[in-house]
Amino acid sequence: MTESNENSGKSDRLEVLKTYKMYIDGKFPRTESARYYQPVVDGTSLGNVCLASRKDVRNSVVAARSAQSAWARRTAYNRAQILYRIAEMLEGRSQQFLDELLRQGVEAESAETQIAKSIDRLIYYAGWCDKYQQVFSSVNPVASSHFNFSTLEPVGVVFVVASRDCPLLGLISLIAPVIASGNTCVVLASENSPLSAITFAEVLATSDVPGGVVNILTGRVEELSEHFSRHLDVNAIACDGLGAELDTMIKEFASETIKRVKIYNQDWSAEAAANPYLIQDFCEVKTTWHPIEQITESGASY
Amino acid sequence: MTHQNSNWDLSPAPESTGHISLKEHYGVFIDGEFRTPDHGNRFQSINPATGEVLAEITESSSQDVDRAVAAARAAYEGEWSKMGGRERGKYLYRLARMLQEKSREFAVIESLDGGKPIRESRDVDVPLAAAHLFYYAGWADKLSYAFPNRNPQPIGVAGQIIPWNFPLLMAAWKIAPALATGNTVVLKPAETTSLTALKLAELIQEAGFPPGVVNVVTGHGDVGAAIVKHDDVDKVAFTGSTEVGKLIQKSIAGTNKRCTLELGGKAANIVFDDAAIDQAVEGIVNGIYFNQGHVCCAGSRLFVQESIHDQLIEKLKHRMGTLIVGDPMDKNTDVGAINSREQLATIEQYIEVGKQEGAEFYQAECQLPEAGFWCRPTLFTDVAQSNRIAQEEIFGPVLAVQTFRTVAEVIKKANNTPYGLSAGVWTDKGSKIFNMTAQMKAGVVWANTYNLFDPTSPFGGFKESGFGREGGLHGLSAYLEI
Repeated sequence: MTESNENSGKSDRLEVLKTYKMYIDGKFPRTESARYYQPVVDGTSLGNVCLASRKDVRNSVVAARSAQSAWARRTAYNRAQILYRIAEMLEGRSQQFLDELLRQGVEAESAETQIAKSIDRLIYYAGWCDKYQQVFSSVNPVASSHFNFSTLEPVGVVFVVASRDCPLLGLISLIAPVIASGNTCVVLASENSPLSAITFAEVLATSDVPGGVVNILTGRVEELSEHFSRHLDVNAIACDGLGAELDTMIKEFASETIKRVKIYNQDWSAEAAANPYLIQDFCEVKTTWHPIEQITESGASY
Repeated sequence: MTHQNSNWDLSPAPESTGHISLKEHYGVFIDGEFRTPDHGNRFQSINPATGEVLAEITESSSQDVDRAVAAARAAYEGEWSKMGGRERGKYLYRLARMLQEKSREFAVIESLDGGKPIRESRDVDVPLAAAHLFYYAGWADKLSYAFPNRNPQPIGVAGQIIPWNFPLLMAAWKIAPALATGNTVVLKPAETTSLTALKLAELIQEAGFPPGVVNVVTGHGDVGAAIVKHDDVDKVAFTGSTEVGKLIQKSIAGTNKRCTLELGGKAANIVFDDAAIDQAVEGIVNGIYFNQGHVCCAGSRLFVQESIHDQLIEKLKHRMGTLIVGDPMDKNTDVGAINSREQLATIEQYIEVGKQEGAEFYQAECQLPEAGFWCRPTLFTDVAQSNRIAQEEIFGPVLAVQTFRTVAEVIKKANNTPYGLSAGVWTDKGSKIFNMTAQMKAGVVWANTYNLFDPTSPFGGFKESGFGREGGLHGLSAYLEI
């Protein structure tokens, strides 16, 4: 026995397989439904992946809602540092993401580009956390004696359906602007390429992102879309490349609670795919009025 | 004790109606001309204060809507989109000026048609409508400064559906940003209050706008639905009930139409024990009885800190007793006529519901005119969070009062509604104001004031009060591809 341990080289050692679980409220549970599916790439199964249920959606929304106000109350500087920290952690795990993207059928060169851009994108939005407000807010010169200003506030809980074809960069390109302003989100990973989403959850879990701020499910959008688009506690939905039929169904259900629905069908590798207007897409404009005292002869002068 | 101030009755001061010009019947305004459709379908617009018929208005057909959209499309593809922003702006400036010149006529017609006090039409609705046109006129040639690193472009034909509570003002809120950004418009005013929109169409004609840039079709809900569903409409802007807003959002789900919705509200107006109470009472009255409570952002849920509840309600009842309810054309009138028979029935039904739910009912004592539709300023105290009058939008002069003890409690109660249009906070403590205004899930928050509007100030809701903003820089993006 001792001998075999000493001699255990790479070749004859049995590999420890990773169990791909979901990420809800900062923890890694299996689906409560105990169901699974096997995404297949080039005839090879990626493994047993959780098939999220309606109840998982609901649990995730509860987690996201519970985390939202505290996340929004963090200072913009702190959110910026946490987004930067995600990038740092992702950088350190590049090799693992490369391996998984390759397993998911992405070409090597494209996978490397996708990882590099994902890291840079996080840093891009980390920088925006304490700047978008200055770009998009306004002090409004009303025609009365009032101080009036408009600022952006996070819309609340956002449900993100990640890109099917761009499993890491597409995912991060939506999560980053959504959480930059203080939203929390539930993300449904690409059905056929869920591995990088789950590994990204491990990055999040070690990046000082509070539990519940990002929740990641794996499963089938066709099965879950009715549940998240009708959910009373989801404020907005971001979808990417689902096709007209699903988009329409989601928008119809979303109308029952006047949800904001943003449909993106874009090439996330383009530089223009990263911009602060994506942060604004998941913000509400709040306008505040307050009277200004007007007393004759009380004005300052030089 | 009576809250009547009978020693201080004011002599009648009616505004003259002699100088206004109204036609006996109005066609639809399409492609720069008023046209009388062959179908000849019309309905009457009445004065809700007297029941008198003011004019007959066209019930547009779907063919009329088709023609209006076609005219708007032709105008968009033609002169209007090729015109520089500076010239577009000058048309809007001209319209703003002409509206100011005719402000008295517009104010009188607005009050006759909608029942709102002449003081409000004269001092709020008409000047604000002109100010909106003037404000957005100036944006027309400056759009690239509004959206950093972008080259904003117009969307196309905007279908705009507006409510009956601020008819002219809502028309201006819709038309001004749409035209400034280079879009063309098909506007549908509400069926009970179409006259000032039709008068505005006359003004647009008089101002020499290219034909088809603004088209006005009148009629009931199915006319609005025809606009929303029209294949050649690129953008829908709606102000009205949340119920209809949901139908609109659903009906365009399968399209790429852009949409903004400004829907209902059930605003919390919160008074802390350190507030200036007399000032707060004025704000409460302005918050719920302004425009007969026909205001989507009305402060219809009053939250009073428990320690000042009795004192504040006493003062509020006294103030309610001094409100002058009656003839909208009288310059002293504070509360005018309810807009329609249907709306009066809705309000009266809610008052019954409030009584049945066990809230304590109070109405100011005042004489009401015999003809027309009227509702006394109404107050319910001892209201529970679960009561329908505390949850549903009544859209009338009915205030539901609840109490609270702590800041945390009132934040929870105030936000516990599907709506999120507006809120009010009354306190003399600055840090509390910033906390409260930040915590309110509402698009407009008034601190130590209420129900103020300005063209530079974005207006619009969170949650089921709609999406998109009207007014200010933020109001531009509703009409641009950015």
